[in-house]
Amino acid sequence: MVTTSADFSELPGRLIVVEGIDGSGKSTQLDLLHKWLRSEGYVTVFTEWNSSPIVRDTTKRGKRKQLLTPMSFSLIHAADFASRTYSQILPALQAGVIVLADRYVYTAFARDAARGVNRKWVRDLYSFAPPPNLALYFQVSLRESIRRIAAARAEIKFYEAGMDLGLSDDVQESFRLFQGRILDEYDALCDEYDITRIDASQSLVDQQVLVRELVEPLLEGMPRREISNVPAHLQTGFAALAAGGGL
Amino acid sequence: MTQVKFYGEPPPGIDQDWLPGRLIAIEGTDGVGRSTIISILKDYLEANGWGVVDSGLRRSPLVGPGIDQAKEGHTLDPITLNLFYATDFWDRFERIMLPALQAGMVVLADRYIFSLMARAIVRGAAREWLEQIYGFALIPDQTIYLDIDAEDLVLRILERGFDFWESGGDYLHDRSIYDGFMQHQREQLHEMSVMADRYDWDVVDARGTIEEVFENVRRAVMPTVESMSRP
Repeated sequence: MVTTSADFSELPGRLIVVEGIDGSGKSTQLDLLHKWLRSEGYVTVFTEWNSSPIVRDTTKRGKRKQLLTPMSFSLIHAADFASRTYSQILPALQAGVIVLADRYVYTAFARDAARGVNRKWVRDLYSFAPPPNLALYFQVSLRESIRRIAAARAEIKFYEAGMDLGLSDDVQESFRLFQGRILDEYDALCDEYDITRIDASQSLVDQQVLVRELVEPLLEGMPRREISNVPAHLQTGFAALAAGGGL
Repeated sequence: MTQVKFYGEPPPGIDQDWLPGRLIAIEGTDGVGRSTIISILKDYLEANGWGVVDSGLRRSPLVGPGIDQAKEGHTLDPITLNLFYATDFWDRFERIMLPALQAGMVVLADRYIFSLMARAIVRGAAREWLEQIYGFALIPDQTIYLDIDAEDLVLRILERGFDFWESGGDYLHDRSIYDGFMQHQREQLHEMSVMADRYDWDVVDARGTIEEVFENVRRAVMPTVESMSRP
């Protein structure tokens, strides 16, 4: 059950994960993939970093009150990941469906190492995680990611900028230094774990074409639902209209 | 002075080679009387001029409230629970234990990493994985083990009542609370006895009266405490 030497090769489902720094566009690409798979009738389960209902509040409090240090940051994120692994990811893989994960263990490997946590220790910590069938890394330059984040929101968060490390008193500068370290870690991880790099400076559509090409071979044998002729994104709209007597 | 040594790779953020305080871990299963003994020992040491800080599970400001909340539900798997406790331990270590050791105080840890490992092992977690994770823990100057068997232990529990988690309620579903308690505690006590050898603990018989147990604990810890310069 909870032993870390579990044999994951017998799991009938497929695990597809996306990785990349904030502003790399990975979530958009995963969302487009998700919608496509659903419209094709595939049963999918989506899971997101740092979203376990039983751990999330603790992490939030830690971030808000700035209570986290590199080790407690690492451990609480592992708790969150464990909770999602045992309540969401593993059951779905056992049930033989497709799991889509927005960030996976590599996020922890990159961030924690950038915070000075021992690399082997973090890998051991996450050894209960089933290995993905496909891992995609959306590669973007530091300059481009900063441009995109600056365009998207008002301010950079404390931990996102690695302000807890005391690299610089200036948030922008700290962010640059910290995200630069994370990019270096990701780069090494791609080779270590055979993660597929995708050039995130390409157009959104070109990237999605590539993503679907990579995912397609994994879909064989995955269960599909009967789908209606109405496109998935319109179905709820029609139902609402019908209920309201509009049709 | 205490040499700074960890079970595994040193965690980031600790750059001292030695600490002036003393770290004494008090281990023992649920209901064995740890907290009572620690409270008496703390009073005793303070009355004799030593600075003392105690720290028990779930008292971390970061994780304590979260663990209590999570334990109320029924969806908590043993690995998540264990990582919650590992976070709680680390937070208390950095926030309470380490500063006290730096300040030359005696730290009485009400349970250390060992209880956390034993609880997870009896629930099926791999020992090797636990040893890797808890390699971040500072090796205490001394670990006292309050030793008891399940038959003597249960007599104490009868009065105060049984607890769901102490009776393995989360993984021993098909048993009465009494049978669950006995089985869970026997397995945990077995794990603890393995660790007692492995980690070189000082074993104190916990079956006597509070006065007797305290006297045995006091005698065991005084050489460690007195190895610091006297107040």
